[in-house]
Amino acid sequence: MKKFLKSLIIILAMTTGAIAGSDGENDLSKKKAGQIKDCFEPLNRATFALNQGLDKIIFKPVAKTYRILPSPIRVGTSNALDNLSSVVTIPNNLLQGEFKKAGINIGRFVLNTTFGVIGIFDVAEMIGFPEYEKEDYGQTLGSYGIGPGCYLVLPVIGPSTVRDTVGSLANLAGGDAWYNVTVANDTQHFSDFDYWGTRISTGIDFRAKNIESFENLEKNSMDFYASVRSLYLQDRQMKISNTKAIIETMDDSDWEEIETN
Amino acid sequence: MKKILTFFLSTFLFFTNSNISFSIEPDVFIQSTVNRAADTLGGNFTKNERIEQLKQIAKDTVDITGIGYYSLGSHRKSLSKEQLSTYKKAFEEYFLKSFSSRLAEYSNPEIEVISKNKLNKNYTIVLSKLVATDSRPEVKIEWRVYTKNPENLLIRDLIIEGLSLARTQKEEFSSIINSNDGKIEALLKNLADFSAE
Repeated sequence: MKKFLKSLIIILAMTTGAIAGSDGENDLSKKKAGQIKDCFEPLNRATFALNQGLDKIIFKPVAKTYRILPSPIRVGTSNALDNLSSVVTIPNNLLQGEFKKAGINIGRFVLNTTFGVIGIFDVAEMIGFPEYEKEDYGQTLGSYGIGPGCYLVLPVIGPSTVRDTVGSLANLAGGDAWYNVTVANDTQHFSDFDYWGTRISTGIDFRAKNIESFENLEKNSMDFYASVRSLYLQDRQMKISNTKAIIETMDDSDWEEIETN
Repeated sequence: MKKILTFFLSTFLFFTNSNISFSIEPDVFIQSTVNRAADTLGGNFTKNERIEQLKQIAKDTVDITGIGYYSLGSHRKSLSKEQLSTYKKAFEEYFLKSFSSRLAEYSNPEIEVISKNKLNKNYTIVLSKLVATDSRPEVKIEWRVYTKNPENLLIRDLIIEGLSLARTQKEEFSSIINSNDGKIEALLKNLADFSAE
């Protein structure tokens, strides 16, 4: 285990360019649009094409079928999956020093798991808890000033970066309590099937919520791969900066130069 | 007598004011634009009529040239006047087609303007939400409004759930140019092909 973690840290340092002399500022925030490190673009494009093929024959039809289910069932499933993701969000709140958010999310998890029947009902939201924001280990690494490294497209999983891929491996190294009780340890209560079932359901739920958006984006893109890459990186930038007000952190200089009025 | 005076006064005010343009607040501008689009999308029109009306709304309220220049990024500085003029025309056709076909898919979207945030004298961000339906969650939409000329406000970007459409387009254009040895012609061909489809 120690060796595994050591290798992860070395890989991370090598591929994300984390150096001792770094000023600690988030690398993404320094980057202007168009300065994307797509080191493996030909391979990424091939994987992207493969994923599109899989989406067409498997994921999209399954997501469309899922959409046929009555709205309360879909909302309940989505709530339960969100609730389960708290076991990754809470440690990341703590690792990022967001102790208040961690406290709120612990309260939310306890309430929703008990009174909300394993999270099917979002009781916390009903009584006025703030909106739930997921956190993961990639975001935590980003918040420490580690740059995204090269952009990656993973088979089946989709867009990522070297940093986010390494971060997601932390889930398998003890960072995800749900993984620990289902796959890593034999608790007699859960099996591997439970873990992978929830992961696949999360993917289907996400795909079902975005059927029209993806269709629209694909139809109106001249380079769909580049559009998805841009949207993924913007989304991660927003999540790492932990703000909805992305406009404040973006570089507006390109706009300032343009005068047409 | 009083009625006649009121009539004359109203007529006078109407004709004198009709030649005076007046400034409008960015949030009011967005709400009225959104309402105009909603009338088109919810109205009893054929798809082609709807698309033509949406194109007109875009021409009236969006800074298409500004977005086009922004989308070119640093490549804009290396273009000749002729190339820039060709690009401007190709981009406008592309934008109007893309804009209208994106919106034409929605039937009667309900958008509520929530607040505004003045960034500087040139820009105000108007925050709004697309109201949730059974098949779609609530979506936050921010509008970057170019306010340099308060009498002619223009939309320069839509930021949907924190994701900027203009930025996405800029990176898409950059990818097309860069994967064709930096040649603008490749982008122009893509724009023309898209518009011709």
